[in-house]
Amino acid sequence: MTITQSGPKSRATTIAIWGVVAVVGATCWAVLALSRGEDVSALWILFAALSSYAIAYRFYSKFIARKVLEVDDTRATPAERLENGVDYEVTDRRVLFGHHFAAIAGAGPLVGPVLAAQMGYLPGTIWIIVGVILAGAVQDMVVLFLSMRRDGKSLGQMVREEIGVVGGTAALIAVFAIMIIILAVLALVVVNALAESAWGVFSIGLTIPIALFMGFYLRYLRPGRVLETTAIGVVALLVAIVGGGYVEQLGLEGALTLSKENLVFALVVYGFIASILPVWMLLTPRDYLSTFMKIGVIVLLAVGLVIAAPVLQADAVTSFATDGDGPVFAGKVFPFVFITIACGALSGFHALIASGTTPKMIAKESHVRMIGYGGMLMESFVAISALIAAVVIDQGLYYSMNAPAGMTGGTVEGAAQFVGTLGFTISPDQLTAAANAIEEQTLVSRTGGAPTLALGLSQVFSEAFGGGLQAFWYHFAIMFEALFILTAVDAGTRVGRFMLQDTIGNVWPRYGDVSWRPAAWSASAITVGAWGYFLYNGVTDPLGGINQLFPLFGIANQLLAAIALTLCVTLLIKHGKIRYAWVPGVPLVWDLVTTMTASWQKVFSDNPAIGYFAQADRFRDARDAGQVLAPAADADQMDQVITNSMTNGVLQAAFAVLVIVVVANAVVIWVRAIRAGSLPTTEVPHSPSDLVAPADFFATAEEKRAVASWEDEHPRGRTPVRSRR
Amino acid sequence: MTAVVRAWRGVRWYLRTFSGESRWDDYVAACERDGVPPATRREFERHRADRVEHAPMARCC
Repeated sequence: MTITQSGPKSRATTIAIWGVVAVVGATCWAVLALSRGEDVSALWILFAALSSYAIAYRFYSKFIARKVLEVDDTRATPAERLENGVDYEVTDRRVLFGHHFAAIAGAGPLVGPVLAAQMGYLPGTIWIIVGVILAGAVQDMVVLFLSMRRDGKSLGQMVREEIGVVGGTAALIAVFAIMIIILAVLALVVVNALAESAWGVFSIGLTIPIALFMGFYLRYLRPGRVLETTAIGVVALLVAIVGGGYVEQLGLEGALTLSKENLVFALVVYGFIASILPVWMLLTPRDYLSTFMKIGVIVLLAVGLVIAAPVLQADAVTSFATDGDGPVFAGKVFPFVFITIACGALSGFHALIASGTTPKMIAKESHVRMIGYGGMLMESFVAISALIAAVVIDQGLYYSMNAPAGMTGGTVEGAAQFVGTLGFTISPDQLTAAANAIEEQTLVSRTGGAPTLALGLSQVFSEAFGGGLQAFWYHFAIMFEALFILTAVDAGTRVGRFMLQDTIGNVWPRYGDVSWRPAAWSASAITVGAWGYFLYNGVTDPLGGINQLFPLFGIANQLLAAIALTLCVTLLIKHGKIRYAWVPGVPLVWDLVTTMTASWQKVFSDNPAIGYFAQADRFRDARDAGQVLAPAADADQMDQVITNSMTNGVLQAAFAVLVIVVVANAVVIWVRAIRAGSLPTTEVPHSPSDLVAPADFFATAEEKRAVASWEDEHPRGRTPVRSRR
Repeated sequence: MTAVVRAWRGVRWYLRTFSGESRWDDYVAACERDGVPPATRREFERHRADRVEHAPMARCC
């Protein structure tokens, strides 16, 4: 069903509205570009983002839908053709938007922008907004469309069938390895946020009994009452956060102040148990909690930012961006800002979601636009908010929190002195006062991004809503970040376990049986062991885990995006649409240039701060000469640095090689397809659709009439919203 | 007043559909249409939960 404008008057109104949006956007961008050394309000960033998103959605995504993909609502979607009430299911577009968003958005867009804030606010802002419009949202939408046209095939399957077995195998290995790294880095963020924080451990620890209670309540007491259960869970969660403030009075402070090593142990055991327990007990209820918290926090954040209208404290572009010697992570703005901010601008991981559950539930083809493109814009908005939260806090404090303990010495005096060498001033007393304000023992070297974000949010919220509740808001923010991450760890371990069982099942069929205990347990153990290994290394790394592992995470995620975009380009060319291949092609080229440059530098740079092997060499030479290099404290730590650097370097190189294999394989297909004009693909042939549903978030009057008359013709049975069982 | 009621209904509809609570109502309605006696709510929800067991939900970073 196509939508046409009804008359010249509404057309004029439309032009006027979009004209205003364009002017607002242009003004915001101009202010951001031209302001230097004066007080700039964070709202300029917020509204530059919102107006750019609106214009991109209205015009670019429409262009992609109509011209590039040629979405066709006369075609029945897999949900309509194969409806079985299990995985293929026609779903209301707005509900599916919610599901898809809940699946793609997690802690990633909250962490990356915080770390990238060391480059200043401008590089991050530009990349998040331009990146999502031209790369991230395009990838999500096109992959969703391609998978939908193939009955919801997975990314790996599509690469194998459309590019080749070599590329497909490389993609499969890359996906598994990347997932392990992502889980390790996310878990590292949690560990860093909870270490030495009795309040945090108390509240997060309580989420487990809360989720268990919800699980049993839903299973035995009130089956199916999800909303009621979630409401109880959310209240319990808030009580747990408040209760954490009383750990001292409860005499639990000593018992709950855990070292990073102990937290790693706890997380690994938890991850293993969670992945073998029935999902109804822990995973499903935790997912309800985290989803509703996610949506609540986003709304709160948007409102809070507008009310508080904080002033940016960071410079537009810092010297770290140009010199590449920042303490949070090493490297210049190019290429490192583009891999540090992955989720929010371009995230390869989304291609796994967009080619899994979502395409099997789409009601009409036109919905790929609002779900794929729109969903990613929403995630980008989360990233922009996180960036704002990180750049509105005092920059002396920002660097005290984010410089690794090897640089600050872990003391307020050390931090104050170190930050002084960077050109910022903060006194030890101010650092202590800042920690006291949120009732934490210290804020020095609380790396990982989560504590910084939580501090920024607590400032914004307590300024916006008043009441002197900064400590509550801080732990509230830590809680919801940890909640996302633990949900990702639960679900990711489970997905990893299924992937492993599936792969081994190809050679040993019995192992593929997901309900066979020995297989389930051993596959879970392998997955947990793999991410636990990297997590432990990250936690104990004398150089600081986040600055070592985060680049690996970012590059891995962007390399996965390269695989997804390669598939998009390949399929457009195979369908004879080479004139539109630039739509995924431009982001692909940009992504390859940045990630390959970053990989190259991480592997071959002779600067030990950047190159993993150069770092290993430096420490190896020193060790062989009998020296101990700071920040390592003894010979064992020297060995540890060497091993970690070598492992990271090898992994980094392996990721890059896998992606080159996929792209090289694809180029062969491109050449063949261009010579032939087009090539057959696995696209399912057209079969007529019987469903009628509006195309966008809000139905037009015409669409409402069409739906109403369709419903009259189909008085019983299916509605476009929900399925018959 | 009607606008408030409509908005409330919309929100309620969204939350119930989003959370999967409305599946039960759909199921009961479908059983009625087809003239078959419905299973108990507990059996129905357990059946749904068992399906999730083998289809891991992906959650991104």
